[in-house]
Amino acid sequence: MSINRRNFFKTVGVAGITLTGLESLGSPAEAAKADDTEFYGFLYDSTICLGCRACEKACAKAHGFPEPEDDAEVGVIRKTSINQRSVINKFETSQGEMMVRHACMHCNEPACASACLTQAMYKTKEGPVIWRADKCMGCRYCMISCPFDVPKFDYHSSNPIIQKCDMCFDRVQNGEIPVCAETCGDALFFGTRRELIAEAHRRISESPDSYIPQIFGEKTAGGTSSLYLSPVPFDELGLNTKVSNESYPAKTKGFLYSVPSVFVLLPSLLLGMHEATKSKQSKNHEND
Amino acid sequence: MTSPAYPITTEKKEKSIWKFLVEEFKPRGKWLTPFNVISLPVMLAGLVLIVFRFTEGLGAVSNVNQEIPWGLWKGFNVVTGVAFAGGAYVLTFMVYILKMDKYHSIVRVTVLNGFLAYMFYAGALVLDLGKPWNIFNPIIGNNFGASSVLFLVAWHFMLYIFAQLIEFSPAVAEWLGARTARKILSGMTIGAVIFGITLSTLHQSGLGALFLMASEKIHPLWYNEFIPILFLVSSVFAGLSMVIFQGSITNKVFAYQLSKDHRKKDNGIIHGLARVCAGALFAYLFMQIIVFIHGQHWALLNTPMGYWWLFEIIGFVVVPLFLFLYSYRNYNITLIKVASIITIVGIILNRLNVSIIAFRWDAAAHYVPSWMEIVVTAAIILTQIWIFRWVIHRMPVLRESPEWAKDH
Repeated sequence: MSINRRNFFKTVGVAGITLTGLESLGSPAEAAKADDTEFYGFLYDSTICLGCRACEKACAKAHGFPEPEDDAEVGVIRKTSINQRSVINKFETSQGEMMVRHACMHCNEPACASACLTQAMYKTKEGPVIWRADKCMGCRYCMISCPFDVPKFDYHSSNPIIQKCDMCFDRVQNGEIPVCAETCGDALFFGTRRELIAEAHRRISESPDSYIPQIFGEKTAGGTSSLYLSPVPFDELGLNTKVSNESYPAKTKGFLYSVPSVFVLLPSLLLGMHEATKSKQSKNHEND
Repeated sequence: MTSPAYPITTEKKEKSIWKFLVEEFKPRGKWLTPFNVISLPVMLAGLVLIVFRFTEGLGAVSNVNQEIPWGLWKGFNVVTGVAFAGGAYVLTFMVYILKMDKYHSIVRVTVLNGFLAYMFYAGALVLDLGKPWNIFNPIIGNNFGASSVLFLVAWHFMLYIFAQLIEFSPAVAEWLGARTARKILSGMTIGAVIFGITLSTLHQSGLGALFLMASEKIHPLWYNEFIPILFLVSSVFAGLSMVIFQGSITNKVFAYQLSKDHRKKDNGIIHGLARVCAGALFAYLFMQIIVFIHGQHWALLNTPMGYWWLFEIIGFVVVPLFLFLYSYRNYNITLIKVASIITIVGIILNRLNVSIIAFRWDAAAHYVPSWMEIVVTAAIILTQIWIFRWVIHRMPVLRESPEWAKDH
């Protein structure tokens, strides 16, 4: 088969249409180019939090959950659940009793969203990681993948949901701030991730005695939208320090990138082997 | 054999096929066999539990929890079961690509086993899904989670079921007496085989790749970035051990179907497969050792989980490896069968270790399957055996193809 000039242009044209056609389907890259929305996030300063649990209660009220009644206690780890998106826990640390807030970390590259085969778990361009009921098939692979054990599944429903903090996505879209950050006066801040990291570094450099010189979430799991400041090592606050700094989706990248090459090379190899052994077989059959 | 008098009018033909099907769908033979007496109540109980599961939610039947969200239905039915179904792609590779004609007589039964296994494991998956009515989201519609390993595995399951159906379809055509269809379908075999081997390579390893993101949740002796390759290599001897094990049972139960020639060849086939198993086991052991040394986990060996790991590697990889080698040299068919059973147990152990036992080994609450999960799992396997039996009795799977279908 020879390729002449006309055919060549035809091919290029088709390729071009295919490419632009794919982009116009609304790929994330295209959307990102169109506006300069930044990831929003939380900055939580554990040196200020008193553990009043007003954020917890506001969260429950805003999302229609029963008000959580048990107080934070040392030695008891309260967990988020199907009825609770955020919790305050109390820990005995080297600097005395400390409070810490646990909720979704809203990773920059979320393991849950890359694990989801229906895009039900979804990283919005504003930063919140949200769950979409109409897409989810309930496989719970997000729960296997999330290094922070955030998504919670309703095991006692015939039409179950996945419960997790969505950074009050509907409010964020309308330019409002999430209820927890609105309720909390001093310890929990909402803003763009860039501003919050700058603010956190400012706090650390202004009072180096009050903080360890790290921000939990700046690099953790490839960077998260929830950022933590602490006067003690993070594991004393029950934060999962085993989590690697590499982004979690990157761990499956090697495997997924090998798929197209296997799909092209292996069948050709098999077909080649099939052809190579063919003559031998037909000879055998002649002998039979 | 005399050919039927043609022309037959289409109307007449359809009617006769209809009658033929009705006849074929009727059960045959004795009803009150020990197998039926045991399996029927289990299947009925399983059915009740499945209804219960869909009305009351997953938690009513299963012990899975927020920390360990995948239990027996995923860890055993899907992750383990698919490894056992690997025999189909390995055998089609040996027979259709490498032209090892010796194994031709067991290809059909192995492909049938593989096909049914995939159908039922996909079925088990549906039971485990919270919202199974959304199962087509990743297949149709604008919901492609293409960055997900599970997306790849789901597509491959579906495509591989089709590939296996095509590989098996000549047997169905022979059963129905559809000559033209058989000719067309058997012409598609080699394409389906090549496609099927490629799909299998990717989703056998893909099942391992599912756990790559659970890097801190799985005990370091079981977690490493080579899980996909270890899963792929172990699927070779898992599948073939299952072929040996199932073969020795089906050949007894359905002995009347086998020709003398087939029976004579049987020991030779098992003997040959033993060597392939030994080779694959050796490659697997070698890789496990390299991964272990590079992981620098010597200190972990002297812990309870370390003993458990050594138990798996020595008891169920090293021991069957030597058994296969020894019995191959001495042509000891019984010992080969024993080795294949040990290998099967070892694969169950390995897959359950990765997906359940070593998964969140440090969690406060451990997962132990409920009796209801076990009954449903048993019911699924028994239903599969029922359908397998139905097919074997009717289609030329173990027995020879009809005279007209022997084209070479």
